[in-house]
Amino acid sequence: MVRKSRLHLALGLAAGIAVMALAPPAQADGMPDVKILVSNCFNCHGTDGISAGVIDSLDELSAKRMAKALKEFKSGDKASTIMGRIAKGYSDAEIDAIAGYLAAVNGN
Amino acid sequence: MFEQSRRNFLATAGAVSALSLAGCAGTAGGSRVVVVGGGFGGATAAKYVKWFDPSVDVTLIEPKAAYTTCPFSNAFLGGVVKFETITHTYAGLAKHGVTVMQDMVTNVDPAKKMVMTAGGKSVPYDKLIMSPGIDFRFDTIEGYDAAAAEIVPHAWKAGPQTQMLRKQLEAMDDGGLVIIAPPPNPFRCPPGPYERACMIAHYLKANKPKSKVLILDAKDKFSKQGLFEEGWNLYYKGLIEWVPAAKDGTVKGVNAQTRTAITEFEEHKADVLNVIPAQRANLIAAKVGLTDKSGWCPVHLNTFESKLIPDVHVIGDAAIASGMPKSGNAANTQAKVCAKVVVDILAGKQPGIPKTTNTCYSLITPDHGISVTAVYELGEKSYGGVKGSGGLTPKDAGREFWKQESRNARGWYANISEDIWG
Repeated sequence: MVRKSRLHLALGLAAGIAVMALAPPAQADGMPDVKILVSNCFNCHGTDGISAGVIDSLDELSAKRMAKALKEFKSGDKASTIMGRIAKGYSDAEIDAIAGYLAAVNGN
Repeated sequence: MFEQSRRNFLATAGAVSALSLAGCAGTAGGSRVVVVGGGFGGATAAKYVKWFDPSVDVTLIEPKAAYTTCPFSNAFLGGVVKFETITHTYAGLAKHGVTVMQDMVTNVDPAKKMVMTAGGKSVPYDKLIMSPGIDFRFDTIEGYDAAAAEIVPHAWKAGPQTQMLRKQLEAMDDGGLVIIAPPPNPFRCPPGPYERACMIAHYLKANKPKSKVLILDAKDKFSKQGLFEEGWNLYYKGLIEWVPAAKDGTVKGVNAQTRTAITEFEEHKADVLNVIPAQRANLIAAKVGLTDKSGWCPVHLNTFESKLIPDVHVIGDAAIASGMPKSGNAANTQAKVCAKVVVDILAGKQPGIPKTTNTCYSLITPDHGISVTAVYELGEKSYGGVKGSGGLTPKDAGREFWKQESRNARGWYANISEDIWG
């Protein structure tokens, strides 16, 4: 469970601080706080994106890959049972923020 | 997990990050947040206040030593999962630094900002988050009160009631009649009664195939109706029958001793009777003064702060979260928004913009799952799905799709349980 995040803790520390420093203030650009946005992922994908079940973990993806996948789910280019329906609920800016935050916290 | 990655990180880097954060608002450090109720809303709120700000002092008050979830309790009734699988202790929360008090809240003093318990404790708070769940309106069906529920289970608060219903199903002879009486709106878990019919029928089909499930409904339509009916036609033809309110489905009386459900024109004698009565916010909410005439708790939708008592926030099934269903997943995401709001306010910051989700799976069979999902933003008067997003499993999705959704249903359960109690 702790695998990735603990492993990358040392390496991720610097990146993590960068994220904290860059984290947008609560109402930047009329967008919800990025921590609220990412926490919405965790009910299906596990806290911090670390999945205990058959659903994909999110903690090993680079920001680029995650954002690309989410945008493809959103457009329908990537087939899914449910992620397409969910990804359509987020703007591209929100997707970039989610992907950037999760990747940085997990040191990817 | 975040205990390691985030907490250690924050402990190490906290000073740096706090200083580097823009703005001059203070921190919430040392503030006291009390959470009442250890279900989907409360346990999430307790964990996520710590996730957002580990320096806040969080106490969770919950009378039970372990929590049995309504989600997947139907799968337990169908013999698909074990009771232990749907029961969670609070050891995980304690590991995240939450003080867990096993006690019953008896009242709240909003003037003194104090929570009183049956154990004689007075617990002070700066912010109180109430997630008390539901109680039943035992005055709505003649003959169905708390005592009758000891013979005729509602099984709509999971636990001993769920086990009682399962035992009754096991004891029933082949050829028996199971009656489920779903409640009028609004109620906890709108698709739940119909998934229950599927899971009970799944058990009966394999073990007591001459039996029948009769749904006597107080409504004329229900959640995921098209998808449930599709499933009933595929697997449970002649086994499940649904009677809407318009066709005399509404149960108005119950004879618990004879397990008889009484509608306006008929008496239906069951072998196993499951009555799910109309609902309201848990009675503690009314006692504290958080409910309006509807029996539910009005809240400011951006903060989940009570409209009636300041510094008391209400989330989950008890709250009037206009536009969102009363579901465990909705409670989980409301709790996250509420936890962030509370942490922000305690730190002297303006609360941000809320965004919540709901993902709700139902099992038609162990290998046929269906879902409805939504991503919610706050409109002028209620939450609403982001345009073009969310929605149901498509009709005629096909076996591969249904199989994947059944797998995802289990994956969802494993992860949301971990997200809340892990």
